[in-house]
Amino acid sequence: MLAYIVSLATFVGFFMLLAIALNLQWGMTGMVNFGIAGFYALGAYTSGILSSKLGLPVGLAMMVAVLAGLAAGAALALLSGRLRDDYLAIVTLGFGEIVRLIILNEDQITEGPRGLRIAEQPLAGWVSVENYPLLYLGLVVLAVAVAFALSETIRRAPMGRVLRAIREDELVASVLGKAVLRHKIRIFAIGGGIMGLAGALYAHYVQNISPDVFLPMVAIFIWMSVIVGGAGNNWGLLLGAGIVMVLLEGSRFIGDIAPWIDAEKLSAGRIILIGVLLIVTLHLRPQGLIPEPRYRNKFQRKS
Amino acid sequence: MTGSQPAGPRPIIEATEVSRNFGAFVAVDRMSISVREGEIVGLIGPNGAGKSTFFNLLSGVMRPSRGRVVFDGADITKLSPSKRARLGMLRTFQLSREFSRMTVLENLLVAPQVQLGEDLLPLFTRRREVDEIERRHFDRAKEVLAIAKLEHVENNRASDLSGGQKKLLELARTLMVDSKLILLDEPGAGVNPALMKTLSDMIQMLRNDHGKTFLIVEHDMDLIASLCTSVTVMAEGRTLVSGSFDEIRQNRQVLDAYLGGAA
Repeated sequence: MLAYIVSLATFVGFFMLLAIALNLQWGMTGMVNFGIAGFYALGAYTSGILSSKLGLPVGLAMMVAVLAGLAAGAALALLSGRLRDDYLAIVTLGFGEIVRLIILNEDQITEGPRGLRIAEQPLAGWVSVENYPLLYLGLVVLAVAVAFALSETIRRAPMGRVLRAIREDELVASVLGKAVLRHKIRIFAIGGGIMGLAGALYAHYVQNISPDVFLPMVAIFIWMSVIVGGAGNNWGLLLGAGIVMVLLEGSRFIGDIAPWIDAEKLSAGRIILIGVLLIVTLHLRPQGLIPEPRYRNKFQRKS
Repeated sequence: MTGSQPAGPRPIIEATEVSRNFGAFVAVDRMSISVREGEIVGLIGPNGAGKSTFFNLLSGVMRPSRGRVVFDGADITKLSPSKRARLGMLRTFQLSREFSRMTVLENLLVAPQVQLGEDLLPLFTRRREVDEIERRHFDRAKEVLAIAKLEHVENNRASDLSGGQKKLLELARTLMVDSKLILLDEPGAGVNPALMKTLSDMIQMLRNDHGKTFLIVEHDMDLIASLCTSVTVMAEGRTLVSGSFDEIRQNRQVLDAYLGGAA
């Protein structure tokens, strides 16, 4: 049971990383990203291939995965930066599918539908095999903490303010002299980098990655996490990621309680459950469980 | 334009024969205008005369099909809005466009252009400088809030303000920057009389005490009469006549244009 909880927590960690990244891009800046699975896959395969096929040290491979995510984010933002939001949605969705289809159809490097085996793990041999999952969880928690701290620093700084201004009204931000495109490229790249890191951590954790994991559905789950938790609020999305993952995973146990529901119905029901949660949230609490905090300047004194 | 103008302060903006068409429709037709430092120039005209389009051409939100815009001695015809803003040209919008889910204070703090803290690296490497700059902007914002009489709502979300307060906020936002020219697109629209007085006083004070220059599109003739040093009347995309408000008021063509436009 403990092993299960550790594994669940690790997966929640991956979700949290993706949600933090989406919050930077969409929650804070208003840039739609439906291609989360693409960034996630890019990170996973980059790190997986570099370490398992080219023998790069795992740490280095993961760093390259982050850079790959950064570069892909910057490129997508640059390509679609001048387009309206809905185009960015289409472009990112397309990007996610392109990445997945390349992985699926390429045979030599990604091993296509067979999936990629990755024996290499970070800090392998530091602790006993039984304790390794706990160490890995610690690694994931550390990554989440760093990403969270980065995101909070941005949110509280003038940088977060200008991003929110862009989210509220891009045109006004530009007539105030803000280099809107530069800000958008930068934050989309940062988000892409965090998603790449999440992918790399995922790859070395499960050690066997295949393209069918990286379906557009991943993006939906992360969107759910951010919306339910509260867009623009970093604490909220941690909660949201936890809720969504527990719902996804926990619904597995419904089979034990209600054995008359077969596995197929269950997996469909899970998606329905997520959908219902979204609708209920949007009706009852559209700002999310923990909404974006109202800004307080640190120089302000309560008088 | 009237032919020769007396030698005075240098023109801060000069638009020459600026045109913009949307398909076959010519919204702005060889429009020229010149605003000198310290002036408050009014731009009036019936609905559909092309005033807002002309504003968009001046501020870079749209590119002119033909013609040339010179700002502070430099040709800015092809510059983006953000580059124009950095040269010192700011504008407001006809329908106020505040950053609605941000507080009034935050709306002001966004505006200054020197913001080290808008970049990522300085947040970690030059924290102290970032804070010092932020402190300066904060002090400035408090002054501006006092000028605009918005102190009591500084922590409210901008979306919660009344229509008039939003207009004040938009004007206030331009004061966070050392601007050379402020374009106001119908600052008086939907503003109640009490706030109108605040608004008008504020513009007057900015010109007299701070040497600010304004170009104002406005329908409220009282506001135009009390503020403007000169007025240009626009109709069907071009200048009909320009001069002092009193000259304009007696002009036959102007009356026709307004009545014709209203009919």
